[in-house]
Amino acid sequence: MSHYNEMYEHDRVREPYARLREWVDTMPDDFRQMKQAEAEALFRRIGITFAVYGEGGDPDRLIPFDMMPRVFEQAEWRKLERGIKQRARALNAFLRDVYGRAEIVRAGRVPARLVFRNEAYEKSVVGVVPPRGVYSHIIGIDLVRTGKDEFYVLEDNCRTPSGVSYMLENREIMMRMFPQLFRQNRIEPVDQYPELLRRTLESVAPAKCDDRPTCVILTPGHFNSAYYEHSFLANLMGVELVEGQDLFVDGEFVYMRTTQGPQRVDVIYRRIDDPFLDPLCFRPDSMLGVPGLMDVYRSGGVSICSAPGAGVADDKAIYTFVPEMIRFYLGEEPLLNNVQTWTLWKDEDYRHVMANLPDLVVKEVHGSGGYGMLVGPKSTKEEIESFRKKIEADPANYIAQPTLSLSTCPTFVEQGIAPRHVDLRPFCLCGDRIELVPGGLTRVALREGSLVVNSSQGGGVKDTWVLSE
Amino acid sequence: MKLRISHETVYGYDHPIRNLVQSLRLTPSVFEGQKTHEWLIEVSGGIRGPGFRDGAGDWIEGWTVRGPTDEVSVRISGRIETRDTAGVLRGHREIIHPTTYLRDTKATRADKGLEALAAGVSEAADTLDLAHRLSAAVGEAIAYRPGVTEMHTTAAEALALGEGVCQDHAHALVAVARLRELPARYVSGYLHSTIDGESHDAAHAWAEIHVEGLGWVGFDAANRCCPDERYVRLGSGLDAVDAAPIRGVAMGNGAERLDVAVQVEEIAQ
Amino acid sequence: MLSRTASNLFWMGRHLERAETAARLLDVGQRITLLPNTELGYQNEWNSLLQASGTSMIFAEKYGEATQEKIAEFIFFDRENPSSVVSCIEKAREAGRIVRTALTSQVWDALNVAYQELRKIERTPRARIDAASLTDFTTAHTSTVRGAINATQLRNDGWHFMNLGYGLERADATARLLDVKYFVLLPRIEFVGSGLDSYQWQVILRALSAHRAYHWAYGGDITAGRVADFLILNGENPRSLITSLYESVWQLEGIAKRYGDTVPTNARDKAREVLATLQNHDIDMIFDEGLHEFLSWFIREIGTISNLVHQDYLLGSA
Repeated sequence: MSHYNEMYEHDRVREPYARLREWVDTMPDDFRQMKQAEAEALFRRIGITFAVYGEGGDPDRLIPFDMMPRVFEQAEWRKLERGIKQRARALNAFLRDVYGRAEIVRAGRVPARLVFRNEAYEKSVVGVVPPRGVYSHIIGIDLVRTGKDEFYVLEDNCRTPSGVSYMLENREIMMRMFPQLFRQNRIEPVDQYPELLRRTLESVAPAKCDDRPTCVILTPGHFNSAYYEHSFLANLMGVELVEGQDLFVDGEFVYMRTTQGPQRVDVIYRRIDDPFLDPLCFRPDSMLGVPGLMDVYRSGGVSICSAPGAGVADDKAIYTFVPEMIRFYLGEEPLLNNVQTWTLWKDEDYRHVMANLPDLVVKEVHGSGGYGMLVGPKSTKEEIESFRKKIEADPANYIAQPTLSLSTCPTFVEQGIAPRHVDLRPFCLCGDRIELVPGGLTRVALREGSLVVNSSQGGGVKDTWVLSE
Repeated sequence: MKLRISHETVYGYDHPIRNLVQSLRLTPSVFEGQKTHEWLIEVSGGIRGPGFRDGAGDWIEGWTVRGPTDEVSVRISGRIETRDTAGVLRGHREIIHPTTYLRDTKATRADKGLEALAAGVSEAADTLDLAHRLSAAVGEAIAYRPGVTEMHTTAAEALALGEGVCQDHAHALVAVARLRELPARYVSGYLHSTIDGESHDAAHAWAEIHVEGLGWVGFDAANRCCPDERYVRLGSGLDAVDAAPIRGVAMGNGAERLDVAVQVEEIAQ
Repeated sequence: MLSRTASNLFWMGRHLERAETAARLLDVGQRITLLPNTELGYQNEWNSLLQASGTSMIFAEKYGEATQEKIAEFIFFDRENPSSVVSCIEKAREAGRIVRTALTSQVWDALNVAYQELRKIERTPRARIDAASLTDFTTAHTSTVRGAINATQLRNDGWHFMNLGYGLERADATARLLDVKYFVLLPRIEFVGSGLDSYQWQVILRALSAHRAYHWAYGGDITAGRVADFLILNGENPRSLITSLYESVWQLEGIAKRYGDTVPTNARDKAREVLATLQNHDIDMIFDEGLHEFLSWFIREIGTISNLVHQDYLLGSA
């Protein structure tokens, strides 16, 4: 299989990479090693030890940082941006619909079962319309590239996508270590993200809030693998980082406990999952949440970002219907492709997938982090056969996709640079406006030939550049 | 029937508690079978918080008690007029899609016994008939006997015991109906008297099954009937916990005691 | 500021001060074991010092008779001893980690380094460690943290809460130490010049790192009245009750001024009142009232102030 190499256009090194190429070629080995060590020391010093959500693993582990940036030209980015924003609008329209009259189900475009029997569909918030009708305020869209103009969406993350601290820290460290690169290349900044996020949150304050809204970030606590990101964002946004125990419900509102007494909270950017938000509404044994929070939310006393129940839009089974959502709600054709997906609960798809396992990627519907999946072309016969048994036992739990020919980017390896596979997670903000900072988190599969970019399985990260015109 | 209802729940605490937060589903449903004339909810030392109607049509009211206190009472008093709609929940405004009620919870999860019970009902003329037969089968399979099951008993466990109270009957009926692909839910409320005229004086629970064309229809497997004018409906959920009339959490440690008194009287015409 | 943040800063201060107190006890403890155990009972000296930190029972149950090794193990390393250096540094570092964003990187680095170094010492075979170096280690690191706090932290409410923790802990520790040995400070005829009294006073002064300061302040002979005055009423002694309390009041005034009229000031008012009482006493009055009664009263008042701090600021509810 031939892979698209983002460094080249036909056989010519593309303009932005040409300068980087020169930079790499003239870099003495010992200087490179010194810089690599410096980067690592910086990451360790700021304490950015972190696992991309749901991947588990050692919480004090550093994710390898690759100093070779990934570059997008302005025109490429514009196109991506339009596609991402279109998708974000459609996903929020879908959420507004399925928690209301569910027209898309009535119209027969999405099966009722996939929506209403979905674990992530929250019965308790049916009929609740959050401010500005926005349910998912931060959407992380995982993209891969297969050709010059070909991008595919692998997955939408509508709940609490993480990794944005990497986007910001990677840039910070690159600017600090290689200022000359930023002088030579005109690179769009990303450091306005925290400010945009705060603005986005303030724009969805509840109607009952008549002053400047008080926003907080709700974290499960410092033992959580993404705690660094929570405190990092709170710091840059200038908002309090709270735990469930810092908040309490009194009368119609939510308050935080401060040294100056109770202070009303208007917007909660929560980094804890729905089932733990409120023991009075969800899991009665949850100690992480705030008792009574959901009643205040449902009566319009506080905004929760993302809204409880938003997860129904990013399920792998719902994913296959996103192009349909774009047509149904926006009357537009999708600008970004979905990967063709076979759903194994359909007989026809099941037969096709079982006959072609060695060529396909099979994933669990609710799995994440690159676990519970089969990459056919990279697996042995034994692995394929043992996975086949798992599918046979519970076909409805799986979907399958063709093996995509992921693009590569130049990446530092032992000897100079070599192509390695990459993906991209940009972060789209939805409030009174839809905004996207020019950049994102590029994850890179550091092992030669590997297609798995997850940090738990040998993935690293890169700074992602968008060049200005 | 014109009914006067009083319902008092008293929580006593070993050590004083603070910041009690409650979510109450304690207001009669609005539909053709019920007309509420007067309804008062009081929580001792409490502040009334948010009140709203949820997607299932239930009126939910939040209350907070700052404390510290070692006793909290939740007192309901009201008058309501009921009439028989043959169990059909007609004129009830709700927007949750019935398919949502095909979902399982821990309390209603199927096992071999429930599967056998559901499969044992055959030759139903239509969906409504099937629902009636399922209800009858549950009534047969689980004898009414207080004290053998508790709050956390599941449908499967109650069926295996062959005995239980209204909560167990409702859970079991919800479970078997879902096994037959009928949306079903747990309903909490009050009952004036059993069919043989014995007064009930306790909170009651039954099941509702969604029948295409009719909507939601109530079935009381424990009393082998459909709810009529003797029943007062408060709210519904996927199971007893989800439909609970009172859910609350307080700050504090130590044991909690609970005292409940319910009175449902007919008011003379 | 979040109540939980303030609470962690407050307890970070208290635990750092407590670690330092433990290190001083270790110093004194090992000195006592170096003396011949005469009929006059130096073992009791040691035990009474443990009583001051409320841990003599734990020690007796676990270790029995005191030896230098056991003392070092208990006061420095033992996690079952809530007042051991390891316990206190660990708790302080944990509190700091939770409120990481409220600390400057210098403070966090100092705290974190103290903790990492401590872990290293824990892995060192005990035979290679001497008690004096453990004491030095602790006071060096706690001073570095303290220095970083005072040199780099913003003078905001967080700074006040940290220093309030230090101040109240110090007042409490000094008072408890005095209370355990209050009888040797009573001016009694029979021991004068016997060597015993003077030795016991020195133990106390050493435990408070105050033996040299005492001479600077008073010169001449060590007498009971002067020792008591130095430790209770001397405003130059950084560990005296009056200095610790004065500084605590100063922190509480800072908080009250910052927060304005809407926030209760019960802790400040109480602390002011206790300070005024102290200022109106001289050492003879204290002896006349009864030293033990006076110290019991003081320890109770410090507890009350601590509770009021909790109610005024750390509960955060209506």
